[in-house]
Amino acid sequence: MAEPRIIIVGAGPAGTRAAEACVQAGIRPIVLDEGRRDGGQIYRRQPDNFTRPYTKLYGTEAPRAQALHETFDGLNDRIDYCPETLVWNIADGHVRTATRTMESALPFDALLLCTGATDRLMPVKGWQFAGSYSLGGAQVALKSQAVSIGHKVVFMGSGPLLYLVASQYVQAGADVVAVLDTAPYSARIKALPDLLAVPSVLWNGVALTLALKRAGVMVRNSVKPLEILGDAADGVSGIRFRVGDGAEQMIACDAVAMGHHLRPETQLADLARCKFAFDPVTRQWLPERDGDGRSSIAGVYLAGDGAKILGARSAEASGRLTALAALGDLGLPVDKGEMASLRGDVGTYAKFARGLATAFPWPAEQAGALPDEAILCRCEGVTAGDLRAVMRETGAKEANRAKAFSRVGMGRCQGRYCGLAAAELIAAQAGIPVERVGRLRGQAPVKPINISIGDTDA
Amino acid sequence: MSRFVRLGETDRPGLTLHVDGAPVAALEGDTLMVALLSQGATLRQSEFGPEKRAGFCLMGACQDCWVWTESGDRLRACSTLAAPGQRILTSQPEATWPNHA
Repeated sequence: MAEPRIIIVGAGPAGTRAAEACVQAGIRPIVLDEGRRDGGQIYRRQPDNFTRPYTKLYGTEAPRAQALHETFDGLNDRIDYCPETLVWNIADGHVRTATRTMESALPFDALLLCTGATDRLMPVKGWQFAGSYSLGGAQVALKSQAVSIGHKVVFMGSGPLLYLVASQYVQAGADVVAVLDTAPYSARIKALPDLLAVPSVLWNGVALTLALKRAGVMVRNSVKPLEILGDAADGVSGIRFRVGDGAEQMIACDAVAMGHHLRPETQLADLARCKFAFDPVTRQWLPERDGDGRSSIAGVYLAGDGAKILGARSAEASGRLTALAALGDLGLPVDKGEMASLRGDVGTYAKFARGLATAFPWPAEQAGALPDEAILCRCEGVTAGDLRAVMRETGAKEANRAKAFSRVGMGRCQGRYCGLAAAELIAAQAGIPVERVGRLRGQAPVKPINISIGDTDA
Repeated sequence: MSRFVRLGETDRPGLTLHVDGAPVAALEGDTLMVALLSQGATLRQSEFGPEKRAGFCLMGACQDCWVWTESGDRLRACSTLAAPGQRILTSQPEATWPNHA
């Protein structure tokens, strides 16, 4: 029998550990990655001519980042690694890829989707102005280019990344004006039992908040964002908000880093026709999988934050676990004991992730409260009022139907940054639970590709 | 006024590219986005509103940082490295999009 063909999509923590497990089993996997280098977003590498040490780039996670990069480097001649390669569709048993110049269709025996995450965004009036960035984007600017997104930066949203990136900015010498967390402080106390599942990460989080306060950064909880102030030509100039039911406050700034934790990139799982289920804790639709990462489709496996947001440590464990499951399904010998132990690790991280969802809840009510003039879809400038008008005129209450009439979710980002908030707005307006609004279907190509590129056979 | 602020790694060789015909000084290893926003406040004009844009996600997901080569190739400024002699346009050559603002 010919060697089975295993395709791994993504070269972050999950993809790297999956590739390592394949190589150890004597298989040469194909690793397709959109990035220029391995590492994914969390352990993104800086350009070769940059000199900052691991400790400066990755803080407490430096040893993990270094170990992951070294593992990937060691796999170099034992995998078929395709960087700067977009997987834009999965259809008829083939993975469709595109580089800048070439399109290919690759058959597979096992497909491991380690697609990672992007920021989860709650729109705020004025977020279209130049100088508004996603939290993850603000981190990429610093980590991979050694720049701050502005001269005076406000961090607004919620989640562990809010505090992490703000403190990385402070340490790097950026002017951080404020950290505005929409979550009430009491939510963290409620989340403690789950957060204690991984005490070291919990402690890292506490230390970050203390360091920010020591550095004199204004940190506020229970924030209600009202507006990012700015103008069309020059971009962001400030931010308006309340703390709880307190008086309106204004802070001057020229950049806002915003986000509410992360959302998985599930479009490829969708195109592979995996079944999805609504997760009431995160209020997101997630691809279904068994404890080892098998999706509802034979031969398609899901690992890391691309399946569910459980963090980078969990992604390393689930990447390896899922690869072992795939190898076992292909008839190769695998260590059942190791799989059980990895399952236990993922379970621990899942408990911690549930704690994070409690401590830093997604402020669903903000979507329903968006003023009519606030832009909901950044790509095409569609406002909250436009979507509400479409609902009134057409009766649309389902995500894809509302998208067809309003174009919310149809722009260049394909709903990545507006889709979850749009669903909450529809639910609030229609007075129905958000799961009844459904989810935006993944569409090929999952990102824009050139129509002029050539074909090649696998 | 620049939008981005360099916080380190400035001891790199310089390079010059051209943006809308004007020379822009950058450093080897800069993305186009960093090269452009270290000198100016914005990258491009929104096709759907009155405002200028300066990118958003920096990881190739939002498509808010599109710029073009003179031959019409579309580039994501966040994930394309600046190179000496590059000639970049901040609006699409030989195509016009109606501005619905």
